[in-house]
Amino acid sequence: MKLGFSQAEEDFRTECADWLQGQMAGEFADIKGIPGLNDEIERRKEWEQQLAAHKWSCIGWPEEWGGRNATLGQQVIFAEEYARAGAPGRVNHIGVELAGPTILAFGTEEQKARFLPGIAGGTQIWCQGYSEPNAGSDLANVRTKARLDGDEWVVNGQKVWTSLAHYSDWIFVVARSEEGSKGPKGITFLMMDMHTPGIEVRPIRQINGDAEFNETFFEDARCPADSLIGTPGDGWRVAMGLLAFERGVSTLGQQMGFRNELDAIVEAARANGLANDPLVRQRIAKAEIGLRLMRYGALRMLSNTDPSQIDGAALTYKIQWASWRRDLGELAMDVLGQEGEITEGEDYEWSMLPNMFLFSRSDTIYGGTNQIQRNIIAERGLGLPREPRGDR
Amino acid sequence: MEFAFTDEQGMIAETVQAFFRENATSEKTRAAMEGDGVDRELWTSFCTELGLAGIGLPEEFGGAGLGMVEFAIVAEAAGAQVAALPLLGLATAAQAIAAGGSDAQKAEWLPKLVSGEAIAAAQGIHTLDVAGNVLSGDVKYVPHGAVADVFVFIRKDGAWLVRRDMPGVSVAGHTTMDQTRPLATVSLVNVEAEPLADAQAARDALHAGGWICLAAEALGGAQEALDRTVAYSKERVQFGRLIGSFQAYKHRLADMMIDIEQARSAVYWAACAVDEASDEAPLALHAAKSFCGDTYFMCAGNMIQLHGGIGFTWEHDAHLFFKRARSILTMLGNGDWHREQIAGLVVGEAA
Repeated sequence: MKLGFSQAEEDFRTECADWLQGQMAGEFADIKGIPGLNDEIERRKEWEQQLAAHKWSCIGWPEEWGGRNATLGQQVIFAEEYARAGAPGRVNHIGVELAGPTILAFGTEEQKARFLPGIAGGTQIWCQGYSEPNAGSDLANVRTKARLDGDEWVVNGQKVWTSLAHYSDWIFVVARSEEGSKGPKGITFLMMDMHTPGIEVRPIRQINGDAEFNETFFEDARCPADSLIGTPGDGWRVAMGLLAFERGVSTLGQQMGFRNELDAIVEAARANGLANDPLVRQRIAKAEIGLRLMRYGALRMLSNTDPSQIDGAALTYKIQWASWRRDLGELAMDVLGQEGEITEGEDYEWSMLPNMFLFSRSDTIYGGTNQIQRNIIAERGLGLPREPRGDR
Repeated sequence: MEFAFTDEQGMIAETVQAFFRENATSEKTRAAMEGDGVDRELWTSFCTELGLAGIGLPEEFGGAGLGMVEFAIVAEAAGAQVAALPLLGLATAAQAIAAGGSDAQKAEWLPKLVSGEAIAAAQGIHTLDVAGNVLSGDVKYVPHGAVADVFVFIRKDGAWLVRRDMPGVSVAGHTTMDQTRPLATVSLVNVEAEPLADAQAARDALHAGGWICLAAEALGGAQEALDRTVAYSKERVQFGRLIGSFQAYKHRLADMMIDIEQARSAVYWAACAVDEASDEAPLALHAAKSFCGDTYFMCAGNMIQLHGGIGFTWEHDAHLFFKRARSILTMLGNGDWHREQIAGLVVGEAA
């Protein structure tokens, strides 16, 4: 057990920190530290391409596909330095963190050659077509249909909560390909071009006034027969494999965003005197403890190389960070007071902390609600009986 | 960076977990609770047969070397069975002597503490009268104080060794809620105490060792409370169903696991930070002590609730966990105090 980094790793830290800080002070200074994922999309695509040109876009991937074969320690360091430099949220994080690793793990050589360069190169932006109006917590209840017609799949149905769909180039879709099948059987995992005729995107306005999520409609949208990953009807296995990637090194980058939010709360408390309030100090300390334990939980999860062991740190991570951030939002508003309830301008647009307060109410819902997380923890982690179903 | 046990650490964990599971039985612990709070047979095997008392203490004075990570592994396993052992004294008093004692003090005490021939206890004496090295007053709430042969007492400006048999020392044990770690009052009347050579080093080591020991015991106890409750929920049937199939029950167990996983990160983060002399050590120690104490109390309370009536009986072991958890909450600084220390580090001192 060791927390410190080796000299070689510290050298790597210097290398990536120098490069990232240079970029954020120079050519890309205009997008340094911008919050949210919805702003400056074109510039952020250019940033993805700049990362790729210097082999920083997907350092954990194999070298032949544009990565650096980076060790775990190096990936941790890069995530930390990326956030420390104030580099913007990755506009293609779904491509780099979900689609790419899924194609690497389950795709054919042709699919790797076709998709990975675009993802690594920052020219193909991806989104995720999982949830549907009747398949939220019960994800296996998807009803979007895929039918093979000659050498093409024909897709009909609706996805919802597709974040970033409005500027994505590609989407991966789980669709029911076997008529009359139920639950996780008979589902196929397809990759579709978002510019395909028959695909339509409608933004959903959220409680913070912004619209990062969308509804995505498929009406006789077609894609080639070889657009699937795995085999027809076997898409659930691929979809679940993908969700495991969601708990990768990217969590450390996410935590650096949380660090900025907590620091901003501390700053606000210093400015208005609440930093002297013993109750506020207790809550700040609790938030600090929670954030640190998130980091060391993630490091435990990433250091765990024995896939046969149930990894408690990984299993509990989602509900841990989501609940932590919801509480952080409440702390932010208590510290800001009524100053947090008015906008700076006339538009319904919020600065970082009030926006985080509002947005954090989605953290405990998307990617598996807290209630579903507790079911999963109890059933997979503790071996308790599964929830009864009403329909099968 | 590798935040997982090495093979050697994994083997130590397996060995000590098996040792405590087999030897620190409920029956033996309850026998110790009726007496002075020490399972002597267990303590002898712990010190002599397995040589576990030397973990984290220097080899040249009879210790086994290794560090706080390995000590935490031992304390976690002991805590899981609520073992009636004076383990905390090894983490506090022995660590203080090893870090701040003179060579003569180390040579005199460490071999005896490692072999189990002597038992040590420690406490802060911030309100005592101190004139030079002469101590007077009552030192309250000394854990396992009634069975200790030597005490380490600390305050802001000093650290002292006091032998039980020094003139002016008398000890009175108390009936204590947690009977596996009874508290005592040590009364001092003009006791000519022996100063530890490096008081600052002694204090730091005492705090680090004590907080890690309590946090690790709490982690082990919380995990065991969860495991035993899960096992019960898979046996007990009501309304024609296993009670573990009810969502209200499942979610409470899940909440226990969520906090226990964080407690595990906290204990080993703090232990690593101390072993690696990291700048993060103070923050990690305060986080571990406060978070693990809260986690254990929540889990032990749930253990009683989720067992229903049987969990409230003297016969069931749930109250052993619950009382140890309650005692850990206050011992060596309560959660609010530790969190205030963290606020001081993060926000700065309050004006």
